Amino acid sequence: MKHRLQFAGKKLLRMALLLLGVSLAAFLLMSASPLDPLQTNVGQAALGSMSQEQIAQLEDYWGVNTPLAERYLGWLFSALQGDFGTSLLYRQPVLQIIGERLANSLGLLLFAWVLSGILGLTLGVLAGALRGRWPDKLVRGWCLLISSTPTFWLALLLLTVFAVWLGWFPSGLSVPIGVEADSVTALERLRHAVLPALTLSITGVSNIALHTREKMVDVMESDYVLFARARGESLPAIVLRHGLRNVALPAITLQFASVSEIIGGSVLVEQVFSYPGLGQAAVTAGLGSDMPLLLGITVLTAAIVFGGNVAADLLYGVVDPKIRRGAAKA
Amino acid sequence: MRRLNQRQRALLLLLLAAAVLLAITLAGALLTGRAMETDFSRLNLAPDLPYLFGTDWMGRDMFARTLTGLSLSIRIGALTACVSAVIALVLGVAAALNRKLDAVFSWCIDLFLGIPHILLVMLISLAFGRGFLGVVAGVSLSHWPSLARLLRGEVLQLRQAPYLRLARKLGVPRRDLIRRHLLPHLLPQFLTGLILQFPHAILHEASVTFLGFGLSSEQPAIGVILSESMRYLTTGRWWLALFPGLALVGVVLLFAALGEQARRLLDPSSIHQ
Repeated sequence: MKHRLQFAGKKLLRMALLLLGVSLAAFLLMSASPLDPLQTNVGQAALGSMSQEQIAQLEDYWGVNTPLAERYLGWLFSALQGDFGTSLLYRQPVLQIIGERLANSLGLLLFAWVLSGILGLTLGVLAGALRGRWPDKLVRGWCLLISSTPTFWLALLLLTVFAVWLGWFPSGLSVPIGVEADSVTALERLRHAVLPALTLSITGVSNIALHTREKMVDVMESDYVLFARARGESLPAIVLRHGLRNVALPAITLQFASVSEIIGGSVLVEQVFSYPGLGQAAVTAGLGSDMPLLLGITVLTAAIVFGGNVAADLLYGVVDPKIRRGAAKA
Repeated sequence: MRRLNQRQRALLLLLLAAAVLLAITLAGALLTGRAMETDFSRLNLAPDLPYLFGTDWMGRDMFARTLTGLSLSIRIGALTACVSAVIALVLGVAAALNRKLDAVFSWCIDLFLGIPHILLVMLISLAFGRGFLGVVAGVSLSHWPSLARLLRGEVLQLRQAPYLRLARKLGVPRRDLIRRHLLPHLLPQFLTGLILQFPHAILHEASVTFLGFGLSSEQPAIGVILSESMRYLTTGRWWLALFPGLALVGVVLLFAALGEQARRLLDPSSIHQ
């Protein structure tokens, strides 16, 4: 048990260091930007008509003149104390905006993550077990097609078909227009989330299915499966007893690695459906040079991704007794 | 007709895909003038002859716009894939040969993979001031990790190969060792990796442009076309989004096929599977 804790501690330390790196890298990239936040947000015409003092005040507000190191350290120290600054565009604390947006996105992300994981694993195992037969060809072709399709175009397509032509689902936002926030029913929210969640799930499947298939093909060619065949076990029995157990580890890796992809996809999907989630906030912040908000979102998403990696590492030990004992010995 | 063997078939497919892509690139470049041309006598036409893909709200020929956009995408894709493949080669080989660099390298890769890809491209594009330069920098500086990791593993394995150990014992200088023994061996992997980066590069270019971090809205890029089409979808102008998107999927599939055939040709053992 002690070794497990040590292992987890090491992983968490590495994660903290990586997060620090991410925040620094994101900060440097944003400050390297030659785009003038004043010109982007205030506009050339308005700037021309302002007095020098007003411009200086605005420059202060957008932090144009503070030295780099000072700005980063200032941000870092307040971030460590739980204050990620104030969004320049929304004029609210960054954490508050992220909290609201994440609450909108979380259902979407979780649904897509779980569904694409289950579908991907099923299709991958099926294709790997029936390698070379028609289900395999079908799954491979489908995955190739999906991975070649831009996420945002798929979203546009679903939007046209299901929202515009068939009118089954609303074409955007997370709540109906012109209804008070309190009187929006859960069903309404669900109806708004169906299409974005579906798009995300579809795009997430291909990567997981293809990699699971590779592993399954390896398993099916192994000696123990050959021996099981020789004993006269049927194909479903082999898949259930030998196949699934041996693709469990790579499947966990894939499932947690797909977190990053799903978050990335949500940026595009939310933009198409005008869904007020985290991804859309990232785009708005990026286009409007809202540094505190973009920095906060980047660090938060990176934390989720790294958290997923650590969770996968810890789950290996739970699933695989060999790793559990190996960690205890080391 | 004589039946072709697997290898000849792969070569034929590769040449075919390359020819189609080249034709699209050239046609798009030649049609740039027509793609920008507005004509208010032919607004919002549904797809029909002579406008195969219809026209938009400014009477621009969507077929010409689509081809121009694809051509632009292919050229940017080629440029960024090459740049990122070279970065991957340099970093991968350097990491495999130097232990200190290796630690930094693997940390950097973890860092890069920690930020969702599209967000990373956005950030880099911002750092370079968006526009053409932003897209090219964003896509090429964010695509190297997977290929670099692959090449690093390959070099680590190669270092233990008998012919390399022998060459080292014979006193071949390090530079010659890399140039004459290591790099030629990496070439197939490198070329395959390079071509397989094309589809990713093109998709990310389109996505980032779609979000507004890429090419400016005057340019007829696929991302711009699709992002403009969004405003007209609810009024039933489905052709504005359908055909450019389909064409983009087609191009990406062609590149994937190209990479697959190249892999089969360069890796002789896999061709007989």
